[in-house]
Amino acid sequence: MKSRNYLVSLGMIALAGLITHSSTAAPGDAVNLYSYRQPFLMKPLLDAFTKETRVKVNMVYLKKGMLERLKAEGANSPADLVLTADIGNIQNLVAAGLLQSSSSSKINRNVPAQFRHPQGLWYGLTTRARIIFAHKDRVKPGEVTTYEDLAKPHMKGRICTRSGKHVYNVSLLAWMIAAKGEAAGEAWARGLKANLARKPQGNDRAQVKAVFQGECDVAVGNTYYMGKMMTNKKNPEQKNWAAAVNLIFPNQKDRGTHVNISGAGITKSAKNKAGAIRLIEFLTGDAAQKIYAEDNFEYPIKVGAKLHPIVAGWGKFKADETFLFKIAEHRITATRIMDKVRFNN
Amino acid sequence: MNEFMTTEAATTGIPPPRAAGAKRNVWSWLNVWSLGTVLIAAAMTVPILAVLIIGLTPGDDIWSHLASTVLPGYISTTLGLMIGVGVGTLVIGVGTAWLVSTCRFSGRRLFEWALLLPMAMPAYVIAYVYTDILEYAGPVQEVLRDIFGWTLKRDYWFPEIRSLGGAASMMTLVLYPYVYLLSRAAFMEQSVCVLEASRILGRGPWRSFCTVALPLARPAIVIGVSLVLMETLNDFGTVDFFAVGTFTLGIYDVWLNMNNVAGAAQLAGVMLFFVVFLMLAERFARRKQRFHTTTAKLKALPGYQLKGAPKRFATVACALPVLFGFLLPAMVLGGLAVTNFDAAANAEVLRHAGNSVLLSSVVALLALGIGVFMAYGVRLRKEKIVTFVVRFASLGYAVPGSVLAIGVLVSLGGLDNGIDGFMRRNFGLSTGLVFSGTIAAVTFGYLVRFLALSFGSVEASLSKITPNMDGAAASLGHGPFSTLKRIHLPLIRGSALTAVILVFVECMKELPMTVILRPFNFHTLATYVHQFASDEQLGEASLAALAIVGFGILPVIVLSFAITKSRPGHSTEEPTS
Repeated sequence: MKSRNYLVSLGMIALAGLITHSSTAAPGDAVNLYSYRQPFLMKPLLDAFTKETRVKVNMVYLKKGMLERLKAEGANSPADLVLTADIGNIQNLVAAGLLQSSSSSKINRNVPAQFRHPQGLWYGLTTRARIIFAHKDRVKPGEVTTYEDLAKPHMKGRICTRSGKHVYNVSLLAWMIAAKGEAAGEAWARGLKANLARKPQGNDRAQVKAVFQGECDVAVGNTYYMGKMMTNKKNPEQKNWAAAVNLIFPNQKDRGTHVNISGAGITKSAKNKAGAIRLIEFLTGDAAQKIYAEDNFEYPIKVGAKLHPIVAGWGKFKADETFLFKIAEHRITATRIMDKVRFNN
Repeated sequence: MNEFMTTEAATTGIPPPRAAGAKRNVWSWLNVWSLGTVLIAAAMTVPILAVLIIGLTPGDDIWSHLASTVLPGYISTTLGLMIGVGVGTLVIGVGTAWLVSTCRFSGRRLFEWALLLPMAMPAYVIAYVYTDILEYAGPVQEVLRDIFGWTLKRDYWFPEIRSLGGAASMMTLVLYPYVYLLSRAAFMEQSVCVLEASRILGRGPWRSFCTVALPLARPAIVIGVSLVLMETLNDFGTVDFFAVGTFTLGIYDVWLNMNNVAGAAQLAGVMLFFVVFLMLAERFARRKQRFHTTTAKLKALPGYQLKGAPKRFATVACALPVLFGFLLPAMVLGGLAVTNFDAAANAEVLRHAGNSVLLSSVVALLALGIGVFMAYGVRLRKEKIVTFVVRFASLGYAVPGSVLAIGVLVSLGGLDNGIDGFMRRNFGLSTGLVFSGTIAAVTFGYLVRFLALSFGSVEASLSKITPNMDGAAASLGHGPFSTLKRIHLPLIRGSALTAVILVFVECMKELPMTVILRPFNFHTLATYVHQFASDEQLGEASLAALAIVGFGILPVIVLSFAITKSRPGHSTEEPTS
């Protein structure tokens, strides 16, 4: 039985290790963050915040189940602030009554009114446009200029996109519904589905790769992926993918290109509301907006903040100004339509 | 076909653990073992019940929408995947286990443990790797295009890796070791006498395998395959990456995209009932069978010396699963780790590795303790209520990780807020959240999910020990504790070790529960890999992914040697033939 004693003592040591490990919990004045955005994206921003304010930020990267966790933890939840990558996520938190209103003249100066909740339940931090990447040779100029073109017969077998159920595509369809009604949205989704070159798969970057490789001629994706590919030092082959396509900002002659936000909101249970507001002020301020623009090629939310030269090189474009709330309202309908047209099959 | 099994009649005449002739009392289960078993099992069922209760809360009706659109697809895809993975792992797992346990061919000693290696490879990681190699832009198709001068996809046909078949292959490659492990342990624990009897009665090796060894190993094989099927059923990472629309993908869709957690819980509940139905059907099919041997005569397994073509076949058959399930993907990851060394190597990976190993070890030992206690509690007194609660408690494995995590969130949140409310009302002080968002929550979540693994292996092993042993020990004045310690534990050592290591390796790979339940600033290797890999940055994740595999391999190898040694009567020398 020697081996069992050994196992037991090993277990004891392990347990003790874990307990001491977990007891290094958050001190009182830190800001506690639940985030939909990856740690490697947020780290430079949060480090800069801590450096400037000496306030520590604790974070859990929580892509699924954030809403349920906040709900289950209730008033005792340690979370002060949530970060999301899409209007839909944050709208669900609002609908569940998990966020509280706040106001800060500094934030209001930084964030234009259409990118924040009227009562300050959430604030946009960056914007991104969902655009079309078209192969430089195989797609003739003028062949695709609108999202509607993607659903027309001349694009049959030429389009690549990620899952129809991904938040970005659901938001795009929800936006279509907001603009043109449910029936038109469904017809568009059906047309787009019929034109796909392959079953929806991979992320936005993988679609551009597929265009480069000749699997399809046109891809739908978010702008910042382009910047990441153009400058990728670790995987230089991605520069070739990016070089194979033109960027098309759709619907410039009518309602403008679909934009979405990454956002932040203060939880109802926040113990450190002041710290949370301070963090949002920082994230929408000059220093952080510069990091967002430079590291992640996003469009800064702050009026007048500088774009990354590459992003600036894509030129100015007309963004749709539908209030984001209106889009989020159609998300469930959009999800159901994706089922109805069997988008992912 | 079961003529070699000891039948019910053979075991009668053994004094039942309960005092002979005593009337069955409704409250007879009120004793330390049964009560303890019921209490522990009940604690483990709370999150599962929570999921079912969430399913009962009113919400948007999703069924009519799903039924008219994607539900039939979900069901047929899921069944297809289960059949593919089930048959694949059964053939590979049992076949290789039989070969290395009873035959002698080149490389057998190596394959004994090498066949377990793919177990350490998470399915989502192997899926990323093979997609990298086999997709349109990957090296394989590139070479083909160069050779044949094709340019566009329309020019030629190549199997699509991101498909049902692809997903089934990936899962088969990393899941067959479960079947291999359990069936090998079962073959090792079999008395060679029954095999010899079969041969003496004129049956060839093939028929002896089919009519004696296989049926005798059935409980273990069934547990292996059902573990595999449950893993398959609630896999999210692979099917999401491959865009294969399974039932579980549907659950996530309803939950996250339709923001309808009640609907998701209903779907999860339906899936759970499907699993229960399968398990009951299997139990019903072997209801009259007993699997313990009546003799303890265990000498070294025969070891048929294979020659010629069968010998080569055996070597190749054992080599292929190791090659595709482990060597090739590990080499690709290794290559990526070398080229991305600067981005992938940092002190953080080491710290995350520490977290993973500590957490997994603690859970593995706890799961073993609880598993042994519960399995023995069930064995001591076959009380219906005890058996029922225990069966229900081991259903955690059949619920998709994230959904079960919600059950854990809700139960621990309820407990924490209940304690907090009570303390506030009566003592005016707030205790806040005691368990939620701590390592304890993650530990509990893992236990709920993986208890089936340890309980299953221990129970299967106990079922092969004849009650004669219990009777003999009892008649010599030993109580249950003493009997467990002196008789059963030494006899089930191999399976106990299997249990510990199965749980350990599973915890190392666990992703969905950890992500939802973990405390602030806490990473395991799996969550660290996930944040990069989900962004298709496999390079940055490669070293941590290799670390998962590496830390998983060590105990797996230890396990393999231990199983070989655990067989009573086994000698390390090769039998001469």
